Amino acid sequence: MTGPARILIVDDEPPIRRFLRVALEAEGHLVTEAASVREGIDRAALDAPALVILDLGLPDGDGIEVLRTVRGWSQVPVIVLSVRSDEAGKVAALDAGAQDYVTKPFATSEFLARIRALLRDRTGPAAPSVLSVAELEIDLAARRVSVAGAEVKLTRREFDLLRLLASQPGRLVTQAMILRTIWGPAHEEDSQYLRVYIRQLRAKLGDDAADPRWIFTEPGIGYRFRNR
Amino acid sequence: MADEDLRPEPEALLAEAAREGRGRLKIFLGAAPGVGKTFAMLEAARQRLREGTDVVAGVIETHGRAETEALVHALPVVPRRPGYYRGRILSEMDLDALLARRPRLALIDELAHTNLEGSRHEKRWQDVEEVLAAGIDVWTTLNVQHVETLNDAVARITGIRVRETVPDRILDTADEIELIDLSPEDLIARLRAGKVYVPEQAARAVQNFFAKGNLTALRELAMRAAADRVDAQLREHMAANAIPGPWPAQERLLVCVSDSPAARNAIRAAKRSADRARVEWIALSVTSPRIETLPEGARDDLALALRLAERLGATVASLQAGGDVAREILDFARRNNVRRIIVGRPRPRSALHALVHPFRERVAERLLRLGTEFEVTLVSAEPGRARPQGWHLPALSFPATGWALLATALASGAAWIVDRMLPVASLALLFMTAVLVVATRFGRWASALTAVSGFFAYNFFFTEPRLTFTVHYRDQILTLGLFLAASLLTGGLAAELRARVDAQRAAADRMGKLYDFSRRVAAAAAFDDVVWAAVSHVSMTLACRTVLLVPEGERLAVAGGFPPEDRLELRDMSAARYAWQRGEEAGRGSATLPAADWLFLPIRAGERRLGGVGVAYEGGRSFSPVDRRLLDALIDQVALAMERVRLAEDLEGARLAAETDRLRTALLSSVSHDLRTPLVTIIGAAGSLSEPGALPPEAQQALAETIREEGERLDRYVQNLLDMTRLGHGALKPAARPSDLAELVGAARTRLAAVLRGHRIGTDLPPDLPAVLVDPVLTEQVLVNILDNAAKYAPPGSPITLAARLDAGRVVLSVADEGPGIPPADREKVFDMFYRVAGTDRRRAGTGLGLAICRGLLEAQGGTIRAEAARPDGQGTRILLTLPVAP
Repeated sequence: MTGPARILIVDDEPPIRRFLRVALEAEGHLVTEAASVREGIDRAALDAPALVILDLGLPDGDGIEVLRTVRGWSQVPVIVLSVRSDEAGKVAALDAGAQDYVTKPFATSEFLARIRALLRDRTGPAAPSVLSVAELEIDLAARRVSVAGAEVKLTRREFDLLRLLASQPGRLVTQAMILRTIWGPAHEEDSQYLRVYIRQLRAKLGDDAADPRWIFTEPGIGYRFRNR
Repeated sequence: MADEDLRPEPEALLAEAAREGRGRLKIFLGAAPGVGKTFAMLEAARQRLREGTDVVAGVIETHGRAETEALVHALPVVPRRPGYYRGRILSEMDLDALLARRPRLALIDELAHTNLEGSRHEKRWQDVEEVLAAGIDVWTTLNVQHVETLNDAVARITGIRVRETVPDRILDTADEIELIDLSPEDLIARLRAGKVYVPEQAARAVQNFFAKGNLTALRELAMRAAADRVDAQLREHMAANAIPGPWPAQERLLVCVSDSPAARNAIRAAKRSADRARVEWIALSVTSPRIETLPEGARDDLALALRLAERLGATVASLQAGGDVAREILDFARRNNVRRIIVGRPRPRSALHALVHPFRERVAERLLRLGTEFEVTLVSAEPGRARPQGWHLPALSFPATGWALLATALASGAAWIVDRMLPVASLALLFMTAVLVVATRFGRWASALTAVSGFFAYNFFFTEPRLTFTVHYRDQILTLGLFLAASLLTGGLAAELRARVDAQRAAADRMGKLYDFSRRVAAAAAFDDVVWAAVSHVSMTLACRTVLLVPEGERLAVAGGFPPEDRLELRDMSAARYAWQRGEEAGRGSATLPAADWLFLPIRAGERRLGGVGVAYEGGRSFSPVDRRLLDALIDQVALAMERVRLAEDLEGARLAAETDRLRTALLSSVSHDLRTPLVTIIGAAGSLSEPGALPPEAQQALAETIREEGERLDRYVQNLLDMTRLGHGALKPAARPSDLAELVGAARTRLAAVLRGHRIGTDLPPDLPAVLVDPVLTEQVLVNILDNAAKYAPPGSPITLAARLDAGRVVLSVADEGPGIPPADREKVFDMFYRVAGTDRRRAGTGLGLAICRGLLEAQGGTIRAEAARPDGQGTRILLTLPVAP
């Protein structure tokens, strides 16, 4: 569906590079590798990858330097490999323009799904006007939502929120991004609005936060709509 | 006799244990110089050297004899340390070099030798003790006349008293005594042949000393000393091996120690008797008001006598007696199962003394009269020493003399004025008054002086014929005589009363000071306060300079001083170190380093050496026994206070250390076992998968799934260990923000999807539940741990229920499972690190960290966690979390 792409792996651990290469090449992608900040920046410039997999802990510096440098000329999707105890590094990477993160260790299937979600944009910005995930159907043009055929009345903000999440299924949407997009840059810190709206939205969709079907929480970071 | 009665005596075993680690002492004992002790020792040493023993000669006195020199040359020798004494260069054994050399066996000749002034120890036997304490065997030589308790006997036999004595204790603790025997005839022949070294100054005495009769007696003494030792060893052996024998009853022997010159002889006699009868002995000094009034010299005599007793192995006791010293002694004797009392014969009374106390019975006499059930022995002083000390002229100071004469003059003046009004005989009362006043102020001798001068003044001015010393009337002669007798008597009584009051006051004063001090140090909370209280108090009480030293690592450093003092001279410092290390007094007035300015006493609490207290008087006066006892009492208090402060400080440290230790052990076992188990599965499964085509696709699938699950499990362990470390280092900074509890539950479930697959999860989270104020990431981790635990212990397919409610302004979340439950006693302990409920046969893999981390993470953000039974029958576990609510 997404087609083969050139993917750059920046990680200093050969075993990790090896197993990622095997998994990605099995999906039909082209893989290039870098083991340091310097090499990562060089390869990102020379190989023009369609996606970068970036480890934050590199021998000659922080992986976030690669991200910042690359962002100087390219909006290439970047997925960050982080460790669980490094919450701050993860958030900093997302702020610096990373699209998503996976926490090491991770299952290959989960990781490949994230890659697919990120590469989907590349094939064309024209999202279908009707999104359909299981029983949930969202008609973006008509601004109508139904669950199992029954229409759900949403306010304008609720609908905008759902559209924002559902238009990039499987991808992490940070709280800051949602607030900026829907409430405007001045409200980036007002996460309590977001909590209230998410709750209302979930209630209307019949989604249980404790056992979610559509909207998944990334505690402290944001939300992720169910991947197709 | 039953077998269990044949247990070795604890004392005997203790004594054996105390000897362990010490070097062994062998004494080559001879009856006289020239019998060949040194030669015998060197020959034996050469034999040992040939056998491969590491033998070193510490010091050998060859006295220039060629055959001895030849033997010494065959041995490795520690070079002597040069010393400088009265303008001559002499040499001493280099103790430090010997200790540093650490041979297996050291040869140290002439045990009784007195070291040069400025050496570490006064006597060579003290050097030997230090060498033994360092675990080095010692061979040494000794002539019998140098043995402390035989000293008197030898002096009586030979008429020559040797100054250098060795305490009997050294002989008693020797592991082996070899008697070097030579018949008197052979010895005299050797002497004639010039083979016996004789110091020049003793040349004249030699002819007497080496008489055949003397030598025979000395030989017998030496033989008996050696035999006594064999006997003692036999007894020790019997006691240590529980051989039943005719043991003497635990009777004791008591020797009364006073300032009398006979006291030392009494002590030596007591030691001999005690040894012969194989009983313990006590040296008792009785402190009476009289002691307080003794001159310095007599007080020093008493102190020396007590020290001698201590050296000879007596238990030293002291009594504070009010009036009747003899009765106090007898009471003490009865209480302590004493059979024999030994007391020095009192010195002859001076005429004046008899006059002042015509009816007073002396302590020794009273003991004989009252102590009828005891065997009382009187021991005489040596003739030369029994100086009658009737006239304590130094006790009459210059101002006291002045006041005595002034009082007489005033009395004469007053008598002159009232002369016309009263009969001449009554004027004596005025002089009597003067005597009494002087007696209460200035003591016995001043009052006696007043009495005598009054007698003459009265005679001269008021008896007829006046202004002459002649007396005409018989009645006036009688008046004069009666006046003198009465005033001497009453003056003596008044003075004694006064002395007694003073003594009582001094004693009360000391008690008070001691009590003050205990209060002060008890109130001291910090170590520095204790040090300051100690030095200032000792300094004030004893009117001396004081320092307190405590160990800093291997060194000893001044912790405080009064007046403030932060460094001591090298000599004093070594005395302090000695006192600290050996637990014995050292420095001025003691046996070790007596040339130092300070006297150092060890501070000990049981076996622990806490440091030392140093005291120094201006002008170098030494301590009286009373001062010494007070100082001992003060030091005991200091030791207690220091221990108390140290203990309080140590306790916290020890508790932490024990806890850290437990955690370290638990961590190691956790890492080695719990982390490795998943790895075993992973490596095994991966190995199977790498065999091409060996497995059907479903099996491959299952193995791959196993690898993933075990890998995830491993990841959770590692995460737990990391979290624990972060909690432990305080590196965890929760960022609390309003969060939706249901979202956190959802996120945790998503992460644990694989683990929770086998269970039904029920949730009861009311939609109107307020947001909780927590760090979402940390709280998700808490929920993951709790759910993981629940899934681990609950039977497969059983439900796990999460329910939340608002209770007293906090959100309470419960996670209940249908597992075996936690015994009530363990419900708190499961939150301790590495604690796992024991006894459950379904022990599951886990690090025992999960719940401890939960508690740590929750408490860091204002929450709590506890466990209870999910059902009334104790089955099932319910974990209850309370979380703060967002405003």
